Amino acid sequence: MQDLSVGTAWLHSFLTGYIPEWAAVTLECLLIGVGLMLLYAVLALFYILFERKVCAYFQCRLGPNRVGPWGLLQSIADMFKILIKELISLNHVDKFLFALAPYLVIIASMLAFAVLPWGNGLQIIDFNVGIFFLLAVSSIGVLGILLAGWSSNNKFTLIGALRSGAQMVSYELSMGLCVVTMVIMAGTMSVGGIVEAQSHLWFIFSGHIPAIIAFVIFMIAGTAETNRGPFDLPEAESELTAGYHTEYSGIHFGFFYLAEYLNLFIVSGVAALLFFGGWMPLHIPGWDGFNAVMDFIPSPIWFIGKAIALSFIIIWFKWTFPRLRIDQLLTLEWKYLLPINLFNLVLMVMIVTFGLYL
Amino acid sequence: MIALAIQNATLAVVALLTGVALVAIALWLAGLISPRSFNPQKGEAYECGIPTRGESMAQFKVGYYLFAILFLMFDVETVFLYPWAVRVHELGTSGLTAIAVFFGIIVLGLVYAWRKGALEWK
Repeated sequence: MQDLSVGTAWLHSFLTGYIPEWAAVTLECLLIGVGLMLLYAVLALFYILFERKVCAYFQCRLGPNRVGPWGLLQSIADMFKILIKELISLNHVDKFLFALAPYLVIIASMLAFAVLPWGNGLQIIDFNVGIFFLLAVSSIGVLGILLAGWSSNNKFTLIGALRSGAQMVSYELSMGLCVVTMVIMAGTMSVGGIVEAQSHLWFIFSGHIPAIIAFVIFMIAGTAETNRGPFDLPEAESELTAGYHTEYSGIHFGFFYLAEYLNLFIVSGVAALLFFGGWMPLHIPGWDGFNAVMDFIPSPIWFIGKAIALSFIIIWFKWTFPRLRIDQLLTLEWKYLLPINLFNLVLMVMIVTFGLYL
Repeated sequence: MIALAIQNATLAVVALLTGVALVAIALWLAGLISPRSFNPQKGEAYECGIPTRGESMAQFKVGYYLFAILFLMFDVETVFLYPWAVRVHELGTSGLTAIAVFFGIIVLGLVYAWRKGALEWK
């Protein structure tokens, strides 16, 4: 397995050869920032096109196919279009909170984005409480959405924001419990450590039934966390015009749109990290030749490939299931997922303490 | 260990500033190239074309509040599971009994909320 931290170490020694230490560190921080921003924008643009294409094929359409070959430039054209739209200043909004909300939503997804394990030695933030940090920062997003809805001074946005708040906090519980279940399995909260723990076999294979149950619940909760269909009732367009971002125009709306797609990536990335080994290639104990071949594929390709494959499942949900009502949504979480999750946790503890895992 | 923690915290701040910069740059760009036109009608709330009646930051259904409170309780309880989850392998039976008591309390809380009808959406 190629260790990409060799590259970053080389860059650091190269820079310190020419400029003092503090300047090199500042420059590296700047590079990380620019890299993050570019990756964020490119992934969001890719996801918008991906979703539209997948949705089109589900509905026997062609999807965007005019701008660029196979419609590849469509989302770039959309981005320019959204940039040249007017930012309407409204009369009755709470100006400060209205402007603050997009910042919170983007910051939440950006921080979670930086924790993901991009490759072997390519992880930006690796706290020893990494996965916990990820859960903590991703819950800032709810604040942004609540503020957006409340400060817009519009009945639809208020209802949308409250629904979204109730939904996201409820499903965050399930997500947290799934993460605890997998932390028990891994024995560490550090993102790098969780990936390392799966070097011989991914958790979804080695964790028996509890890992599979946790994965299914995580995918359901993740879909709800990202406010996507069938859980998209905060922005149910047939009842609430557009939900919490009704009053946002132009690029202001674009931020919510961007963060929504990035959250889709983050949720699938975390699922890939917890259940499919992050950047770890597919290893089967005993098959040394096969493992060696798998090691040749670079680790970032493994991670991004897994994340995209899992997001395909979430997109598939959206175009398959009808939208839930709010009472059904809360019943599903509190009366089904939460008890199953608690039971699953006990099951996982049993498996770990008696050493039944592979 | 501490150096690593400082490095990670710095990088978290870098990521946070990147988020701020992304929004600020995009807003600045949009401000440069987007058109502006003024019309008193434009500033009104968009509620499907009908003029808005009354204050919109109004009272709302108390059910949302109830679920927020429930979330707060259960989420904080979940947080307490993390330190134990990291050490499950080493703690063995004593850790297991201790957490079983704690876990029993969580389940009791859920059962209580369920029996009291707090999980119904009315």
